[in-house]
Amino acid sequence: MPRVTYIEHGGKRHAIEVPVGDSVMRGAVYNGVPGIDADCGGECACATCHVYVDQAWLARTGAPGDMERSMLACGADTRPNSRLACQIRVTEALDGLVVSLPDGQH
Amino acid sequence: MHMLADHPERARAWAMPLADIDVSKGYLFEQDVVGFYFERLRLEDPVHRAVSKRYGPYWSVTRYKDIMAVDTNHAVFSSEARIGGISLAERPRAEMFPSFIAMDPPRHDEQRRAVTPMVAPANLAMLEPTIRARACRILDGLPVGAQFDWVERVSVELTTQMLATLFDFPFEDRRLLTWWSDMATGDPDGNGPVTSWEMRLAELGKCLAYFTRLWNERVNAPPANDLISMLAHAPSTRHMSPDEFLGNLILLIVGGNDTTRNSISGGLLALNRHPDQYEKLRANPALVSSLVPEIIRWQTPLAHMRRTALADVELGGKQIRKGDKVVMWYLSGNRDPEAIEEPDRFIIDRARPRAHIAFGFGIHRCVGNRLAELQLTVLWEEILKRFPRIEVAGEPTRTRSNFVHGFTAMPVVIPARIG
Ligand code: HEM
Ligand code: FES
Repeated sequence: MPRVTYIEHGGKRHAIEVPVGDSVMRGAVYNGVPGIDADCGGECACATCHVYVDQAWLARTGAPGDMERSMLACGADTRPNSRLACQIRVTEALDGLVVSLPDGQH
Repeated sequence: MHMLADHPERARAWAMPLADIDVSKGYLFEQDVVGFYFERLRLEDPVHRAVSKRYGPYWSVTRYKDIMAVDTNHAVFSSEARIGGISLAERPRAEMFPSFIAMDPPRHDEQRRAVTPMVAPANLAMLEPTIRARACRILDGLPVGAQFDWVERVSVELTTQMLATLFDFPFEDRRLLTWWSDMATGDPDGNGPVTSWEMRLAELGKCLAYFTRLWNERVNAPPANDLISMLAHAPSTRHMSPDEFLGNLILLIVGGNDTTRNSISGGLLALNRHPDQYEKLRANPALVSSLVPEIIRWQTPLAHMRRTALADVELGGKQIRKGDKVVMWYLSGNRDPEAIEEPDRFIIDRARPRAHIAFGFGIHRCVGNRLAELQLTVLWEEILKRFPRIEVAGEPTRTRSNFVHGFTAMPVVIPARIG
């Protein structure tokens, strides 16, 4: 199974095996990684699954879609490598993906 | 909401021809019976067209997933004030003050970005001690063993003090904030103390004058951590017109006022109506973290948000036409059994308590949601440290409004202090 590493705002790392086809958001929520709230359940509608994708992985995670871009445009502390974790689908090619969490979700 | 199966209004709701159902009537909310109509609409006509005497034709969207579909389709469902705005009640044109809750992208996004830093986690952490100190003072001043009005003494007072904190508003004048909020949400038809549109406009003019003075002070001072200073210094808001400034002020005053106030009242009522849950909370105060979002779901202090269709579109099998008014009934979505397990039960330890729709979803999702949660969290933590019980001592009175879902008075008694 592909492995995704989540880095909490305080620096703590969680390496989690996430099934292919699941979202990066689910990988965190199902495994109790703190710092991803996912209030809307993955509908791209709350932006409480905001993550920063490690630069090395940006090309492979692809670009955000229109709705995701709209949500990020209104979000707090968004950066060029910001993504909504519910919109990143885990594939074999993402084995090793590293994402960092912001200081809070709101 | 009343959900008793044998309530007479329930029989009425199910006997009425579907076409006659109009859930926009204020008395349905005041008498707390609108839930019966929502129940029927969710089952039989989840995207429902009604013609209201007051508002004309409009669509009622009552299922969680259809509300989500409207809320996340801002390209078709517009919030723009100039074509109708965000509530069923439309103001006379000259009464409208633009604010980003009633704008579409890109203007919405720019102005929202100017305000979000105020409620960033680091800022909330800075605000927390002040919030706590003020909550403690209010609670310590409450009478024990004598009846009082919870709305007045706690809900209004605490939210007003919170607003004063957010704006760094002169503390002794803080009741003006509540007054202006009532002016902003009220109308001469019986919603609040507004007696005429002229009066409302005159009072809001005073609000603008007061805040303009504060703005002028702060724009010339170094940037500080209050909302006015932030608006005065942020590149996207510093050149706002007076109307726009007033619009955004009202947005923040109203956004942070009635909503939190009515969650404070509604939470106490819910715990009283569900004594097993109150018991569970007392036994385990750590449950405050899941209590708070459940209170917000239960109360849903904004019953609806409205959109205007910018194009023909199909929704839940119905054909919506360009220009139609579309009302998302959050109050109904939060009672939809397809989205929320046992929605008519108040359960303070739900597994995913934040999966409710009271803050809306999509690009307009409430900016203040974590701030609102923080205020309620602090309040309940401090209540549990002080009082074994707070008892609702009679029927509360409710707002006669299809928008602000809340209370005007709630008699309570605190029998004793802890220890
Ligand atoms: C329990 C308390 C609250 C509830 C239930 C609530 C509910 C909502 C809802 C439903 C919306 C969405 C509007 C739409 O989709 O058209 C909203 C937006 C907003 N709320 Fe709240 N609110 C609460 C507390 C607050 C507080 C404390 C603030 C103050 C900072 C606030 C400020 C705002 C602002 C500025 C918006 C506009 C966001 C936008 O259009 O992008 N709210 N709120
Ligand atoms: S879970 Fe809500 S946007 Fe990702």
